[in-house]
Amino acid sequence: MARIVMEALSKVYPGGVQAVSDVSLDIADGEMIVLVGPSGCGKSTLLRMVAGLERISSGTLSIGDRVVNDLEPAQRDIAMVFQNYALYPHMTVYNNLAYGLRNQGIARPEIDRRVQEAAGMLQIADYLDRKPRALSGGQRQRVAMGRALVREPAAFLFDEPLSNLDAKLRVQMRVEIRQLQKRLGTTSLYVTHDQLEALTMADRLVVLNGGRIEQVGTPMELYHRPETVFVAGFIGSPAMNMIDMAYLRDRGAAPGTLPTGTDLLGVRPDDLRLGDGDGLVLSGTVALLEPAGAESHVYVALDGSGQVVTVRVPGLPDVTEGGVLTLSAPLSALHPFNSASGRRVQ
Amino acid sequence: MQTKRMTFTSRWLPYVLLAPQVIITLIFFVWPASQALWQSMLRQDPFGLRTTFVWFRNFERLFADPNYLASMKTTAIFAVGTTLLSLSLSLLFAVMVNRMIRSRDLYTTFLVWPYAVAPAVAGVLWWFIFNPSVGILPYMLEMLGYDWNHRLHAGDAMALVILAAAWKQISYNFLFFLAGLQSIPQSLIEAAAIDGAGRTKRFWTIIFPLLSPTTFFLMVVNIVYAMFDTFGVIHATTAGGPAQATNILVYKVYRDGFIGNNLGSSAAQSVILMGIVIVLTVVQFRWIERRVNY
Ligand SMILES: Nc1ncnc2c1ncn2[C@@H]1O[C@H](COP(=O)(O)OP(=O)(O)OP(=O)(O)O)[C@@H](O)[C@H]1O
Ligand SMILES: [Mg+2]
Repeated sequence: MARIVMEALSKVYPGGVQAVSDVSLDIADGEMIVLVGPSGCGKSTLLRMVAGLERISSGTLSIGDRVVNDLEPAQRDIAMVFQNYALYPHMTVYNNLAYGLRNQGIARPEIDRRVQEAAGMLQIADYLDRKPRALSGGQRQRVAMGRALVREPAAFLFDEPLSNLDAKLRVQMRVEIRQLQKRLGTTSLYVTHDQLEALTMADRLVVLNGGRIEQVGTPMELYHRPETVFVAGFIGSPAMNMIDMAYLRDRGAAPGTLPTGTDLLGVRPDDLRLGDGDGLVLSGTVALLEPAGAESHVYVALDGSGQVVTVRVPGLPDVTEGGVLTLSAPLSALHPFNSASGRRVQ
Repeated sequence: MQTKRMTFTSRWLPYVLLAPQVIITLIFFVWPASQALWQSMLRQDPFGLRTTFVWFRNFERLFADPNYLASMKTTAIFAVGTTLLSLSLSLLFAVMVNRMIRSRDLYTTFLVWPYAVAPAVAGVLWWFIFNPSVGILPYMLEMLGYDWNHRLHAGDAMALVILAAAWKQISYNFLFFLAGLQSIPQSLIEAAAIDGAGRTKRFWTIIFPLLSPTTFFLMVVNIVYAMFDTFGVIHATTAGGPAQATNILVYKVYRDGFIGNNLGSSAAQSVILMGIVIVLTVVQFRWIERRVNY
């Protein structure tokens, strides 16, 4: 159990790639932090810096009350779950779990107790004598989890641990990992590019972009009050619609009482309603209707600009492709942004 | 699944295309091998005037001949020594080069060069270096108080031929080990580092076991090399001496046959060698099919 504090962490790879810039983050004991961001934004790099697998170019990192910048991975008291699991192919599952404990010089009965306990928790007790190649993807994932669990570390680090599983198994494992993490109360840093995983698992979410932190907050905070255009577009699916104020003014449809400096208006597909109303009113033709079971997505091409906005409605709405439509959203649901700064206007 | 078949318009073309390979195999393998098999059952008088068919008498004599048994033992020591030395040195080099980021290719190129040197040339090279009268190493060893003379001391001679033979094989082993090391996923090493294993421990518990298929393959190749492909090295350095101390089986075939003129015995020895190669090859294929360790 430990608090992890990052102060102005930066990473420059040999060759000059600046993968992480000036990242500061205070992770409370027992907290589950999820790192999200587009591919190449530096998530893995940041995680590997915490693990001790990449040198820290500048800044300070402390785990517990120790500054660990110059400590070897083994001395940092962390455990990591890799995307490809990185199980030792020549060892049985039992030995995969026991390997780290043996290296710590823990006594044999204690090793056995911990391995059995972890195997029980993860339901892999039946496979302890098998080699990893004789396991399914999901079972391998559990073994990788087990290897982290038995160490009883101060922190877990996960680098896209579920991305090699099929959709159904991913949901199941996501729930299990979160339950385990809560039960054990181990500080965790979890990297994913799966929106849903990020929103459902995180105590706090960190959105990275180009090696910098865009925003930190609870999933709800990020969803309801994105501070930057990037976060607004990144969190939420389908993505938030961004409508140019110039277009609205031209059509005389600009809603009043928006903060000064607003030139971009964000509105979530959920907040748009079919039909006239107060606040923002748009009109266009239905380009595509996409039924998705409990809900439907309506893609509407706006009159004048042809920009396609997405509307999410429950059930199957009574619209036809090519038909003319009016959309509206209440003022309170609008996100005002300034496109020059890329930030929310207060 | 449907396999694609090439069809030839001419009936003879496939045979013509195959012919060079078949002819080469016939001339350089099947014919000499059957000659050896035939000769191994013949016996000639000292002047080559009379030849008698003696069935397996040549083989019986060989296995009763203390010289032949001694040569087998010499061969075993030589093969094991050469294999161990060249495998361990090349693994060491491969690990060191694999650790480099910048000058990796340069070192790889240098380490591959010895392989291009003909065995006889390599032998002469070592013969000069270790020459008791003019060589540099005996000179240095003498300063350390060791009297090197492979013309007199059996142990020195064995050490010399092992060194010379192993040196030539290092390049080949090195390339395979380097490829083997590079195919081990980096994340495994990282996982082991997080699991608290230091460098040495990681090597012996993760890297070395994962290299075992490569190691086994190279072991067989090196034994075959040491037993059959080192004629040039022996011939140029010790010529089997002193007092048979480095007279390995292949060299004995040559000595008994071409110098001793005992063609029947020499042929029988070749046949035994052929048998050993066949066994080693079978062993290798069996194991490679099953893949060692994991
Ligand atoms: N060893 C390296 N040397 C040089 N540049 C690197 C190295 N590793 C990563 N990078 C670069 O650093 C940046 C961040 O990489 P990183 O792997 O952290 O991204 P990521 O956010 O994990 O992406 P993904 O979601 O695709 O895994 C990328 O531009 C990448 O090209
Ligand atoms: Mg990554």
